[in-house]
Amino acid sequence: MAATQVIRSEWTKIRSVASTVWTLSLAVVVTVALGMLISALSNNDFDHMSRNDRLSFDPTFISFAGMSLGQLAMIVFGVLVVSNEYSTGMIRTSLAAVPQRGVFLFSKIAVAGGLALAVGLATSFVTFFGGQAMLGSHRAAIGDSGVLRAVIGGGLYMTLIAVFSMGVATMLRSPMLSLGILMPFFFLISNILGNVSATKKVGRYLPDQAGSKIMRVVTPIDDDTPYGPWGGFAIMALWVVAALAGGYLLLKKRDA
Amino acid sequence: MIELEGLTKRYGEKVAVNDLTCTVRPGIVTGFLGPNGAGKSTTMRMMLGLDRPSAGDVRIDGQHYDRLKDPLKCIGALLDAKAMHGGRSAFNHLLCLAQSNGIPRSRVHEVLDTVGLTAVAKKKAKGFSLGMGQRLGIAGALLGDPRILMFDEPVNGLDPEGIHWIRNLMKSLAAQGRTVFVSSHLMSEMALTADHLVVIGQGRLLADTSMADFIAQNSRSYVRVRTPQRERLLDVLHGAGITVVETGNGTLEVDGGKPERIGELAAQHQVVLHELSPQRASLEEAFMQLTAESVEYHAHTDAPPEQRWGDDWTRS
Repeated sequence: MAATQVIRSEWTKIRSVASTVWTLSLAVVVTVALGMLISALSNNDFDHMSRNDRLSFDPTFISFAGMSLGQLAMIVFGVLVVSNEYSTGMIRTSLAAVPQRGVFLFSKIAVAGGLALAVGLATSFVTFFGGQAMLGSHRAAIGDSGVLRAVIGGGLYMTLIAVFSMGVATMLRSPMLSLGILMPFFFLISNILGNVSATKKVGRYLPDQAGSKIMRVVTPIDDDTPYGPWGGFAIMALWVVAALAGGYLLLKKRDA
Repeated sequence: MIELEGLTKRYGEKVAVNDLTCTVRPGIVTGFLGPNGAGKSTTMRMMLGLDRPSAGDVRIDGQHYDRLKDPLKCIGALLDAKAMHGGRSAFNHLLCLAQSNGIPRSRVHEVLDTVGLTAVAKKKAKGFSLGMGQRLGIAGALLGDPRILMFDEPVNGLDPEGIHWIRNLMKSLAAQGRTVFVSSHLMSEMALTADHLVVIGQGRLLADTSMADFIAQNSRSYVRVRTPQRERLLDVLHGAGITVVETGNGTLEVDGGKPERIGELAAQHQVVLHELSPQRASLEEAFMQLTAESVEYHAHTDAPPEQRWGDDWTRS
């Protein structure tokens, strides 16, 4: 069983269902549109900001503001890619065709992750330039120190969010259960934990809190985060590895 | 060839498949029979490496399933007609299976043609009727031109024409020298298709025998006789040392008697006969007799036991 055969098969699977197109296009549209909107609003608001806020003003990061919503579409994409196999019963047909479960899972994740990376990078560049266009005189340039890293990081962040969701969905199997846990977690709970002072020290090690550090160019004043952009990204990557390892072990052990 | 050796599957306390040992041979259609809940599907899932046996072993042409290189080229299976993504077209469903096993794209067109789905190849599978879904599942099983084929309840949801089609398909596949293993709870269907039978009840092997032997061993044959001169015929038969069972509605049942001998005796003594017919129990009756004690889900009605069981079983 050659992995290249399985990768081709997974590519056929992913391109032949409608959910791939609508989840990924939703991720692009929401991220770009919301990013541009918030950039425009920030530009108008700049003169009324406090001194600290002006010093911490990070035009690059502001243009990525749409990702807080756009990442939810990426989560749906990641969850559906895996859990569709279970909810439709396709998993039995798939595993009968590819009994090496590790090859099956990691081929699927390579294909879906690769697609998420392509879409994520495109989204990140478009939303950056779109956002900067709205920011007028406060805009950042792609050549500025740390900006290119942040823009590429935005694409990587979206990719990891999707791959993390694939790992979780492999463990939980049910699309409803997976979405029911991941969506509120990333949209609400993680934000609350990361912003309330009592839980901040723990909250900043959550995957999205740590990972989003890579999209920042300007460090906020009084920021005592103990890791840098790549350190945060590495923490997020560890979460992803853990989710995939859990998914793989369960898939290997379970009856299909 | 499929070999099962001491195959066992436990779910906690419950034993779904219990120490099953048998061999499914090429060149014939082997029927896999058992009432609902007997462990047929569990056994088939273990054969495909989907469920892990608690004990025992399955070998496909001498190899473990997960050791097969491109398994679809060796064994094709129809497990569940709905085991596919409804949003994917029939063509793409088969294409992704073909690609995973290095089967050329042209083969997808071939099998679609074989099962008669070419016209709807680009349609999404969720719009398919149960019968069309079943045909698509069979196309998937045929995809790798495998030497072993396995069908779990293939006639479910098919119309009479479809049933006829799959019956002929299975027979022709076996005639080509392939191993064909087909499960069903429909006795009458098996009687028309299978050459060999593997029967299980509550996960245990009850019989592994040819169809003819199975019926002969598990059913009773007798001669039914009707006559207006009942008392006289009884005397004649008793006189000849033949045992007769009297039934309520005026007919006599002669166990183990040859119709020729009974006819000759009647003629000799000038007894008028209205009926003289040899009776052979059907496969259905034979199966019911064999599995009567190992039916897991009894229907509780006031009907007599055998009747009750059979009804339950043919309808479900």
